[in-house]
Amino acid sequence: MSAPLLQVDGLRVSVAGTPVLHGVSLTVRAGEVHAIMGPNGSGKSTLAHVLAGRSGYAVTAGSVRFDGVDLLAMAPEERARAGLFLGFQYPVEIPGVNNAYLLKAALNARRRARGESEIDAFDFLNMVRAKMRVMQIDEALLTRGVNEGFSGGEKKRNEILQMLVLEPRLALLDETDSGLDIDALKVVGRGINTLRSPERAVVLVTHYQRLLDHVVPDQVHVLARGRIIKSGDRELALELERRGYDWLLEAAAAVA
Amino acid sequence: MSNNSELSALFDRGYEHGFVTDIESDTIAAGLDESVVRLISAKKREPQFLLDWRLRALAHWRQMREPHWAHLHYPPIDYNAISYFSAPKASGNAPKSLDEVDPKLLATYAKLGVPLHERARLAGVAVDAVFDSVSVATTFKARLAEAGVIFCPFSEAVQTHPQLIEQYLGSVVPYTDNFYATLNCAVFSDGSFVYVPRGVRCPMELSTYFRINAANTGQFERTLIIADEGSHVSYLEGCTAPMRDENQLHAAVVELVALADAQIKYSTVQNWYPGDATGRGGIFNFVTKRGECRGRNSRISWTQVETGSAITWKYPGCVLRGENSVGEFYSVATANNYQQADTGTKMIHLGANTRSTIVSKGISAGHGQNTYRGLVKVMPSAHGARNFTRCDSLLLGSSCGAHTFPYIESRNAQATVEHEASTSRISEDQLFYCQQRGLGQEDAVNMIVSGFCREVFKELPMEFAVEAQNLLAVSLEGAVG
Repeated sequence: MSAPLLQVDGLRVSVAGTPVLHGVSLTVRAGEVHAIMGPNGSGKSTLAHVLAGRSGYAVTAGSVRFDGVDLLAMAPEERARAGLFLGFQYPVEIPGVNNAYLLKAALNARRRARGESEIDAFDFLNMVRAKMRVMQIDEALLTRGVNEGFSGGEKKRNEILQMLVLEPRLALLDETDSGLDIDALKVVGRGINTLRSPERAVVLVTHYQRLLDHVVPDQVHVLARGRIIKSGDRELALELERRGYDWLLEAAAAVA
Repeated sequence: MSNNSELSALFDRGYEHGFVTDIESDTIAAGLDESVVRLISAKKREPQFLLDWRLRALAHWRQMREPHWAHLHYPPIDYNAISYFSAPKASGNAPKSLDEVDPKLLATYAKLGVPLHERARLAGVAVDAVFDSVSVATTFKARLAEAGVIFCPFSEAVQTHPQLIEQYLGSVVPYTDNFYATLNCAVFSDGSFVYVPRGVRCPMELSTYFRINAANTGQFERTLIIADEGSHVSYLEGCTAPMRDENQLHAAVVELVALADAQIKYSTVQNWYPGDATGRGGIFNFVTKRGECRGRNSRISWTQVETGSAITWKYPGCVLRGENSVGEFYSVATANNYQQADTGTKMIHLGANTRSTIVSKGISAGHGQNTYRGLVKVMPSAHGARNFTRCDSLLLGSSCGAHTFPYIESRNAQATVEHEASTSRISEDQLFYCQQRGLGQEDAVNMIVSGFCREVFKELPMEFAVEAQNLLAVSLEGAVG
């Protein structure tokens, strides 16, 4: 088996003094797709944000290694340049900043970090256009402000477009499926599958299993009340869909 | 932050134009009285009407009081401690071509990135460069002359086209206008003059580069642009000064006249020395700029990027006299460290169906104080007049301030006046989003700020939009962290 791409060990996190994650451990290897599921307020988004380096979260115990390196010691932009991508649940609008401009700056930051030269403007545009077709995004969105006036579905597809352009080694997708209609879900699923390869890994954070119909995970974890209380395969997601989370929460409470 | 050293390296770059050129200057003794005005006028061999006008201005100025209504705080200015004229010492007469200009001066402008000489030809921009008080070089004169465009130092125009000067000088900004403008009328030294004849579209961007070099001098230049009927001209001014611990006064006047169907686009990239991080030194920039849309269907557009100066006091305005005339004001003003900016515009609607647009973007950082002050005045004669104003303020950090004083006086019930305003901070969400995509914090801030200013930058001539963006990045260095 290959060395883990992401190794989370006993991660404890507090927000404003309140513990939110109570010791999360997770191992993701290259080539794998993991789904982290769980009820609202279970700490799923916190986990994604802590891994991406957002401020406002205090890590009180545990460690995270990304490709063998201490991830928590890195600045958010260093994590991104090392190949970690976070697809946001609520992509923020940045008025006046051209969507293509941000994308190109992001790609060049990643290329420079790998010791490569900046991408040729013409090559960039061709590449982005091809990926926009995969994501069925109107080309007009390229020249609009970042997420400015985008519909909910356009914002989510734009996140996946960015992911496809940046080709991260690890993509954390925070509720990318929320607010999408069935057709858009299919497009997003296809986009994520395009990225799947033996060198890359994807962690899907989601409420529902419906995205998993399109992107079949290798492992499914249930995160509840700040702990991973059960891990399994695809079947676990289907069982959650049928039975909800309560039976698991009760079982976990009985053990505790 | 782990890339602290990178950040501080950026920060240390600071003001890039702060060098002093070691050049012999002809500087008159400090102080202001009639003899000084007569001396300046004599040095320039001015006709009597101009000397008389200067003297009337001086007499009027003596009755005036320095205004203090602006939201600005600064130590009193001793007008008798300033020298009112400084010129690089020329060997003999004024230079007749670039080859005769002191190579040290040319080197200075090269350092500043002003495209004199061959670079000018490549850039396609005609440059008039004003060093301290006098104009030292005007490029492209011949090609402009072919098109009938007059573009020359003001003092030269006084000799060659005195009738135009007499007709238009002070016709937009009279010598009684305000304390600083009146002072300028008395002691102005040089500046640029442009006349675009009827129906002519000026074949290239015109540009003036102002540079303060000598210590303890004030700079009082005066620019007059006349666009005759149906003509077009786009004009850009840039400004820099050395770093000094003392404050230096800059009190310029710009007058624009657009006759029927004429268009003038006036862009400013102002980067006078802003003072150091503790607020020591820097230029006091008290400037009066006004354009008059004298004929019908005329248009005057002001675009300014104000990143420099310790104090900025300027309100480029438009008097919309001609029917259907249009006035525009697009502004980005930054105040970082201890800079203070009190800037905005005046739109005076006189003619029927006149329209004006005001877009102001103020950025405050450090201990900077940024004020938008604007007047929209609609006179009874201005039937169907319309104004739209938008003022957005962006705050970086918690020790800075943004203030908005919009004055609206509408004396015509049919007029439409709209005003929108917003104040925001760069959100944590926006910053994190950019960082998560791999941008460093400083780059992320620059990108977000540029986006905020985009509406204004896109009004600048293209070759200067990039410069403005870079300048903005430099002026806000270290503002977030």
